[in-house]
Amino acid sequence: MNRTFDRRDFLKLGGAAAALAAAGCATTPQTRARVVVIGGGFGGATAAKYIRLWDPAIEVVLVERANLFTSCPISNLVLGGSKTMEDIRHSYDGLRKYGVQIVFDEALAVDAAKRSVRLERGGALSYDRLIVAPGIDFMYDQIAGYDAAMKTGRVLHGWKAGAQTVGLRKQLMQMKDGGVYVLSVPLAPYRCPPGPYERACQVASYFKKAKPRSKVLIVDANPDVTSKGPLFKKAWAELYKGMIEFRGNAKAIGVDPKTNTVKLEVEDVKGDVLNVIPPQRAGDLAVKAGLITANNRWCGVDWLTTESTAVKGVHVLGDATLSAPGMPKSGAMANQQAKICASAVVALLNGRAPNPEPKIANTCYSYVSADEAIHVASVHTWNAQQKTLTTVPGAGGVSSARNALEGSYAWAWAVNIWQDTLG
Amino acid sequence: MRIAIVCAAALAVAPMAASAQQQNAGRDLAASCAMCHGTNGRGAVGYEPLAGMAKQDLVRKFTEFRSGAKPATVMHQISKGYTDPQVQLIAEYFAAQKR
Repeated sequence: MNRTFDRRDFLKLGGAAAALAAAGCATTPQTRARVVVIGGGFGGATAAKYIRLWDPAIEVVLVERANLFTSCPISNLVLGGSKTMEDIRHSYDGLRKYGVQIVFDEALAVDAAKRSVRLERGGALSYDRLIVAPGIDFMYDQIAGYDAAMKTGRVLHGWKAGAQTVGLRKQLMQMKDGGVYVLSVPLAPYRCPPGPYERACQVASYFKKAKPRSKVLIVDANPDVTSKGPLFKKAWAELYKGMIEFRGNAKAIGVDPKTNTVKLEVEDVKGDVLNVIPPQRAGDLAVKAGLITANNRWCGVDWLTTESTAVKGVHVLGDATLSAPGMPKSGAMANQQAKICASAVVALLNGRAPNPEPKIANTCYSYVSADEAIHVASVHTWNAQQKTLTTVPGAGGVSSARNALEGSYAWAWAVNIWQDTLG
Repeated sequence: MRIAIVCAAALAVAPMAASAQQQNAGRDLAASCAMCHGTNGRGAVGYEPLAGMAKQDLVRKFTEFRSGAKPATVMHQISKGYTDPQVQLIAEYFAAQKR
């Protein structure tokens, strides 16, 4: 709370940070607490909004590299052709009405001792509490030849919605009828457990209409479908008979775009479109900020507050975290974690104890066709014995069967979570 | 003058209102619902608006979801994760929100 700017600091800073500092000096007392949020995905944007909603006296600065939010949920429907990129791109402007200051810039480094974030263009931003929500980055080195293959544009992951979603859709449209689309799934944990299987459905749905002799081949590093297995398998058998083949225990170790080959531990498979999803870890900034605590991949947090177990005063949200038991890496979960974080940050900055019994609920929908969906739901509550969030026994579950009613709920879910996250 | 009015209003409400901690407990539990039902229970499409719903109505619906008396696609599963006192807190919070 002792954010002070002297003249020398001011001169050292350029662009956004100096402008924010000047605005702060002109309109607010120096004692006003500042929270900096890095990353405007489902976790970061929700935390920024809810802190302002619950305590407008706190200054909140959201640092985000992209001018528009692109949603991973629903992006598989863009691949299938029933939705477009315009449907999944959203403005950050809605956050401004809550008084969130948005800085479009790249966060380069965190100095936890000085409580300062260095930006690529905008100088430095000081904070009283920092929220890091960097999402995932990919461990390309785990798959031989991946980096080079991706740079040629021949092999894509499409696992961050955006340019690669567009690229993958284009490859599917250009593929000949009778072609093979290979989808390689990494070992869990990875972002969005049911995502690959929803993608298989959406691509098959497109093939069924446009290229009925084509095939979807899923090569999965996991022994079996990792989420909603029976529901997906039923959809594959009934809606896309003979089109989708699933091979478990089939981990990708290399790609060769010259021969259209994905090398697995056990065999090689060939395809016309190679959609290889590499293993993942917390986003690069988490690595630079020293927030990684588990397996060189994930950020450990105290789930009572989402504060990092490695760096005091820094909270981590979303897919970058070492998940609590039974907690998927999902946009919905990040939106929910952000509310635990916002409540704790507001309490701590006001000298109060954080909520001693946080509880959140998760619902994730997957479309198995253009209009039918299935869900998985869970409730996560603070467990004082285990000192983490655990799922409430007897609560949650999956759909009894795929249906169009859940399909309409799934679309409304997307519209509503975008609104709850972005204003 | 303005301060006096605020104080009088606060005093009038005080005996009925929960403590600050309880209010935040309700607020925090209710925030989880916002993902589908809209921030503070307002503005969502395709899901029941919760802002301004009478407390007893929300408690009744929640209880009926839990027992299976009210048909549901998801809420029969979510509702089983909340205790009666938690449902009361959630219902109080949404009842106090503007529609």
